[in-house]
Amino acid sequence: MREILLAVKNTKMVKSKRVILDVPLLELRHGEVLSLMGHNGAGKSTLLKILALLQVPTQGNVYFKGEEVSNSNVLKFRRQMAAVLQEPLLLDTTVYKNAAVGLQLRKVDRKEVNKRVMHWLERLGVEHLAKYSVRNLSGGEAQRVSLARALVLEPQVIFLDEPFSALDTPTRESLLAELRDILYEQSMTAVFVTHDYREIPQLANRVVELSQGKILHQGTPEKVLKYKLNKVV
Amino acid sequence: MGELQMEWILQGIRDAILMLLHGDKEVLRITLLTLKVSCTATLISIFIGIPIGYILAFHDFFGRKLIVSMVNLGMGFPPTVVGLWVYILIARNGPLGGLELIYTPTAIIIAQAVIASPIVMGFSVAAFQQINSKMKTQILSLGASPIQLMLLLVREARLGLFAAVMAGFGGVISEVGASMMVGGNIKGDTRVLTTAMVMEVNKGNPEVAIALSVILLALAYLVVVVLTINQQRGRSIQ
Ligand SMILES: Nc1ncnc2c1ncn2[C@@H]1O[C@H](COP(=O)(O)OP(=O)(O)O)[C@@H](O)[C@H]1O
Ligand SMILES: [Mg+2]
Repeated sequence: MREILLAVKNTKMVKSKRVILDVPLLELRHGEVLSLMGHNGAGKSTLLKILALLQVPTQGNVYFKGEEVSNSNVLKFRRQMAAVLQEPLLLDTTVYKNAAVGLQLRKVDRKEVNKRVMHWLERLGVEHLAKYSVRNLSGGEAQRVSLARALVLEPQVIFLDEPFSALDTPTRESLLAELRDILYEQSMTAVFVTHDYREIPQLANRVVELSQGKILHQGTPEKVLKYKLNKVV
Repeated sequence: MGELQMEWILQGIRDAILMLLHGDKEVLRITLLTLKVSCTATLISIFIGIPIGYILAFHDFFGRKLIVSMVNLGMGFPPTVVGLWVYILIARNGPLGGLELIYTPTAIIIAQAVIASPIVMGFSVAAFQQINSKMKTQILSLGASPIQLMLLLVREARLGLFAAVMAGFGGVISEVGASMMVGGNIKGDTRVLTTAMVMEVNKGNPEVAIALSVILLALAYLVVVVLTINQQRGRSIQ
């Protein structure tokens, strides 16, 4: 089995005196594409943000390559990750600058930034928009830019929180297919949140289903989805 | 409006232009001091108001709402009241009297910075809170350090922050009470446009006051234009 990249242990998140997440153990291995599924409010986004080191759990620890994440090393580890959230959340500037910002924060030199940004804008089919302000982009274009902004970082692991759920069906399906190809090509580790289990077989090789903050089922997509489909039909 | 008043205004505008064209030394000195004092005070209020506004907008701690409400109250403080407090602090026999600041341009700068800081701070809190609350998380995910995060959020809030700065500047360049009280309207030393105007009216020279008011408006407009150009850069309604 591959090496463990990321793990959470005895993790609890309490908000407004309510336990919204309670995960005794979850491990993510190199090259794995993990799908987090569950109904609205199940705790998917909370778990994703804890894994992405964007939120500190009330209780428990996160380990990156076996090392416990703390205040002093969180930035170093976070810089090996990237996240695409449900809304594109682009900065109010040009498409190019949005895609470049993560590399600039890491003080990567300009030539390299330009090379990687143009490569990924092209890969996602938005290079012709590079010079334009993000203000007039369509929803699909904006999410493509958000995806490019994460991918230029060539992260060890990418987190995607229902990235396409606000898009219309054709746009969503084409982006899903492109994302699958990219993850496969780069053999990138990923955590993908969705509440639409039909998206899962396309992408994931492991599924964790959350319900009320707890892991309900986990395993291969076949196993978890068979259970799901049996229940639905 | 009576004929006499109309005459005063026209005369005032003419005088203002003449004073500036002829380089009237006293008027020039007063104008430059006004600019220097109010710009310095605004600059200080930026360095106080924006970082504290940032903390108040993005950090949750006990008493935050109380502090925000105090800041909002401070936005409307009468300058004369602020002037009086600063006066009491720095008067010769006051607790900071030893610094010998009273009746100096520095005293006016201090009073004006106290007036402008809550204005800049209050508007900054609102400007920062306008940003999508998830933006902070997204920027952190891009690998921003705390300082980088703040700079990017300042950039995102720049429209509102420029408005904050303009409001702060507008508040101090137009105030007279504090400048009079802690500056003393000393000729060649602490006289600024607003205190000079009050004095000229009291002396029975309304046309001089009007000329000064024209200069004050032009000066305020000049600064605001520079700020607005920066604020609106790359903006157009589409
Ligand atoms: N900051 C918060 N304060 C209070 N409750 C929260 C907060 N964040 C999330 N929750 C609650 O936690 C639960 C899980 O939220 P979330 O992780 O966003 O769910 P999901 O992404 O699966 O829809 C929800 O019931 C939500 O209302
Ligand atoms: Mg969610």
